[in-house]
Amino acid sequence: MRVVVAMSGGVDSSVAAAQLVNEGHDVIGLSMQLYDQQAGERQFGGCCSLEDLHDARRTAATLGIPHYILNFERQFDDAVVSTFVREYAAGRTPIPCVQCNGELKFTHLLDRAAAFGADCVATGHYARLDRTIPGRTILRRGLDPMKDQSYFLFTLTQAQLAKAHFPVGHLHKAEVRARAQAYGLAVADKPDSQELCFVADGNTARFVEERMPAVAQAGSIRDLGGRQVGSHDGVHHFTVGQRRRLGLSTSVPLYILEIDAAANTLTVGPRAALERTRLTASNVNWIAGYSPASSRLITARIRHRNPDAPATVKPLPDDRVAVTFDEPQCAVAPGQAVVFYDDDTVLGGGWID
Amino acid sequence: MIIVMRIYLDHNATTPVAPEVAEIMATALRTAFGNPSSVHHHGQQAKTALDEARTAVARLLGAGPTDVVFTSGGSEADNLAIRGAAEALAGTGRRHLVASGIEHEAVLHTLKALSKQDWTVTLVGVNASGVITPERLATALTDETALVSVMHVNNEIGTIQPIAELARLAHARGALFHTDAVQSVGKLPVDVSALDVDLLSLSGHKFNGPKGIGALWVRRGIRLQSQLTGGKQERNRRAGTENVPAIIGLGAAVQLVIDKGTAEANRVATLRDRLESGILSSVIGTMVNGDPARRVANTSNISFDGVEAESLLIALDLDGIAVSTGSACSSGSLEPSHVLRAMGCSPHRTQNSIRFSLGLGNTSGEIDHVVSMLPGIVNRLRTLTGRGRRPSAAVGG
Repeated sequence: MRVVVAMSGGVDSSVAAAQLVNEGHDVIGLSMQLYDQQAGERQFGGCCSLEDLHDARRTAATLGIPHYILNFERQFDDAVVSTFVREYAAGRTPIPCVQCNGELKFTHLLDRAAAFGADCVATGHYARLDRTIPGRTILRRGLDPMKDQSYFLFTLTQAQLAKAHFPVGHLHKAEVRARAQAYGLAVADKPDSQELCFVADGNTARFVEERMPAVAQAGSIRDLGGRQVGSHDGVHHFTVGQRRRLGLSTSVPLYILEIDAAANTLTVGPRAALERTRLTASNVNWIAGYSPASSRLITARIRHRNPDAPATVKPLPDDRVAVTFDEPQCAVAPGQAVVFYDDDTVLGGGWID
Repeated sequence: MIIVMRIYLDHNATTPVAPEVAEIMATALRTAFGNPSSVHHHGQQAKTALDEARTAVARLLGAGPTDVVFTSGGSEADNLAIRGAAEALAGTGRRHLVASGIEHEAVLHTLKALSKQDWTVTLVGVNASGVITPERLATALTDETALVSVMHVNNEIGTIQPIAELARLAHARGALFHTDAVQSVGKLPVDVSALDVDLLSLSGHKFNGPKGIGALWVRRGIRLQSQLTGGKQERNRRAGTENVPAIIGLGAAVQLVIDKGTAEANRVATLRDRLESGILSSVIGTMVNGDPARRVANTSNISFDGVEAESLLIALDLDGIAVSTGSACSSGSLEPSHVLRAMGCSPHRTQNSIRFSLGLGNTSGEIDHVVSMLPGIVNRLRTLTGRGRRPSAAVGG
């Protein structure tokens, strides 16, 4: 079978490509150029720097497969960067990796793969696909709990999953590195990439401001009683649960509880006030192809690095859900995803309101 | 993946080294190791080889051998011509430089750099066929114009420029005339007297010579400010120990052009026409870019309606067919071809265009294979890459 591998230049997608070559597939390596890496003197971290493209090319050469760089700058800007900026300006905390997976890798890249006669797109994601039920693809967590990336894949459709392939999802990271060594890949010891590949030196606020200068507008910080306790220089600097950068000197540490972009106001309070047992989410995707008929006990994860927690999910009209956790959760941030699991199986997920 | 046959149709990017050239160079690498500046036997041997190559280049151009400066390639020759002549003329008050808008980056970026110093630069537009007309050039010239640079043949569309007419206009205003002949040597007769130019750049790897070697021909009496300081090589115009094996290779490639150039150009013209008419008749929605009547024999630039050139290039490569989208130097950038844009092509057309450039080794069997493969590949791309896109999204790379 002809397979396209999305090669970022990192160790995971490199080993994914090597595995497929090893299994005898007809493998084509594709790398996405997502922004102008040569513009300015900025240092990009992350997954698509010039150095990473070089690494991808080198891996492809080692494996003896063809490799091409596709220019997706405009698509990336439309689908990922614009959303990212808009969300921060709206006082939310976005996860651009989700759109990059759904819109770039499993839409545009998948289209190209088909045009090049390939049956599927493989990536280096730590997630597993279960195809034991005919006509259905079940997304499961990666086997390595430290590396599991199923959270970032919850928006995929059954049609997209049917053409996805995750050759390292059943491996632990250490095993992936060992295999990279065994395959003779130069990237075997390459450090893991940063999450926000397109933001220069991690300065998210500056990036948002450059794209949307109007967002840098002074506003007030209020406490739970509505009293003004300070001021801020733009909601895009902040996320729910943040303590840093508030510039408040108080006897008890204060955290951001709420960001009201329309009023340009932050509400702060003590840590205990960050706890929530309930949330609602929108644009829910039931990835396995079915939604629960009524309330159902599941586990839910409210951010990538959190463990999931037992909860009850109740479907609401218009692809929304209400989630009630057994135990209070700290810092539920609008704009992040809530992803539902049944043991290892991803049931679906949505965007926190 | 097993590819039965690899077909190379990207000779404007670079060409395979001719077997005769490779053999001569291999011998040179083993035997002619001397430094041409040395007094002893080894130096003399290398110097003789250098002189022979210089004579061959001069003969090809219908010029005298002492006027040929060897460089590291076409880009360096362009830099030396423009910077060298401009700087040498700086004291005369002539501070204006003119070029066409469809020049190679080696010219355009050099002019851009000079425009940040004390020079003013005017870029002349082209007509819809990609031709710089004398009328257009005339309006750009002033009494301060130091140098005009117009390429002999465009790398992307193969259009031949009316160099002699343009050069006469420049001379009438007292300006020097440089032509980048990187894409014409080996494809057309290139005679510096007939072209009436003062400076001419060429590059070895575009006509079956090695990479890393080129030459600048400089009309006698023209002052040139050396851009590399050091020894007195190349009559003080290009310091550094000469790249003897590559220069010997260049000389051998030039000799092949002198001996077989016209016959080979005729052979390639037949193949190019066969390819072009085959594509135009078997693939709907295709159109030739450039000027079919004033074009080098080997180049065909074709737009494929509704097909992203980048995808077509990759799909063809996966089937063993090597082509390019515009110039190799700008691949990977989203910038639509500056050449097609200058000709007034729509953004769609500039990003749907593929360049086929033929040369040594191509056969009619290869051409027929390409013509038979293309309709299927283009149809697949038209069906599969347009899915779920807004119309504007079909443009991108």
